[in-house]
Amino acid sequence: MVSLSKPVITNTNMLELLLAPILSGVIIALLAGPLGCFIIWRRLAYFGDALAHSALLGVALGLVLQVSTQLAIVGSCAILAISLAQIKQHGELSSDTWLGVLSHGSLAFSIIAISLAGAGRVDLYGYLFGDLLSADLNDAALIAACALVLGIYLWRCWDSLVCICLNEDLALVEGIAVNRHKLLLMIAIAFITAMSMKLVGALLITALLIIPAASARTFANSPAGMALIAMASALVALMLGIFASYQWDIPTGPAIVAGACLLFALSKTSTLFSK
Amino acid sequence: MSNALLLEANGLSIYRQGRTLVDNASLRLEAGKVVSLIGPNGAGKTTLIRALMGLLKIDKGQIESSQGLQIGYMPQKLNLDASLPISVKGFLSLNQSSASDHFLHCAASCDVECIFERPMQSLSGGELQRVLLCRALLKKPQLLILDEPAQGLDVNGQAELYQLITQLRDEINCGVLMVSHDLHFVMAATDEVICLNQHICCHGHPEKVSAHPEYLKLFGQNQAANVALYTHHHDHQHGVHGELIETCNHKH
Repeated sequence: MVSLSKPVITNTNMLELLLAPILSGVIIALLAGPLGCFIIWRRLAYFGDALAHSALLGVALGLVLQVSTQLAIVGSCAILAISLAQIKQHGELSSDTWLGVLSHGSLAFSIIAISLAGAGRVDLYGYLFGDLLSADLNDAALIAACALVLGIYLWRCWDSLVCICLNEDLALVEGIAVNRHKLLLMIAIAFITAMSMKLVGALLITALLIIPAASARTFANSPAGMALIAMASALVALMLGIFASYQWDIPTGPAIVAGACLLFALSKTSTLFSK
Repeated sequence: MSNALLLEANGLSIYRQGRTLVDNASLRLEAGKVVSLIGPNGAGKTTLIRALMGLLKIDKGQIESSQGLQIGYMPQKLNLDASLPISVKGFLSLNQSSASDHFLHCAASCDVECIFERPMQSLSGGELQRVLLCRALLKKPQLLILDEPAQGLDVNGQAELYQLITQLRDEINCGVLMVSHDLHFVMAATDEVICLNQHICCHGHPEKVSAHPEYLKLFGQNQAANVALYTHHHDHQHGVHGELIETCNHKH
């Protein structure tokens, strides 16, 4: 299947066309490593899915309200993250029930809204499965700026964040602002979700976050080590995906996730042999 | 012996969803004193200590603590997900410098250096409790709050851990508040026992409390008898219990 905006790559314009996509891909892969680790440690996989679906709602809102799609995606993800943080603290329904409602609700509404408002104008397939080649240098610059802020936050608060994963009461007594960090972490995941829409698409974002981190677990013996290995693994998956996509003309997003799965399988097989 | 007041709670009440979790509880924690909080399951013990640490909104009463009070907290357990790779040393050095003298001193007094490189997930119950205690000490606490420190330990492990706690109390002269289930230790090695069942049923010196009618009502003659029997048995086997009582009597 060929998406509407997919340009034709020839040898002459390859660098120009691929520079921005690869640049944004690399930055996202580097961030996906540590954030994916927190998603695994805090068991937020389902939360990632809900965010991705609400990102789609952002696309729909952007269309209806005639504002920048990227901005609308970030906005709707952040709103979901903040409202979920509120819901989690009190209520009768468990948080995964809430997530299920919000996640599939926003998926349904956004598909309806996109098909009504954007018929013929919007490449739904691209939003669902990614359309990396449509990323331009503006996107790359925006991603780089967000990533810099997130990266500095993760670097400076790493120990506190790990401590929160281990025991929230202990972290509180030790003077860590637990609720603020939890909210910031959710917003960080919301940001990377919004940023990686073009890379792998709404349906595969969680995979990009979780699979490299899961592969890294096998080889890591410290939290930071796991994050670094996850970064490397996400980078390799990205390269494999882009190469496969170029070589065999397959969609880039799914190719990247398939690459990540391949690495995961290899990491699991290696434990079989080492035993 | 006059002790510095660390934390005082007056008429503390906590209600949640129409239920009374803690009712009009008052207590005083002083430096160098070990206070034990006992009570049946669901008596509000953990709720009360969480409130004292400021983790919970209280509905009535007030808590006053001394200026800049540093609390060391030892939780019941960690949410150790198997997916989080972390060694004992890695855990202890979160937000701490692992090279400082203080760090090494705490590690030595809790005897955790030999397990530094082990993954946290592989620790036995006793080892995990020692690591958690070490983490609490790293904060140079004036007050140690321990939530069921001996849970899941066998008799020897419990005796060792309690001995360590008493020893640390003497060494750094901190106040200790611990939640405990095992009554026989509480009777032996603490300065004051608080018996909680939503409200404070009775409190005071361990020997006084053990004869208190409210205490007997709460734990039942049956269990109180069991405890006595158990203590007796323990006395003859190890003599640890008797010694602890001696130390306690000499001090006060």
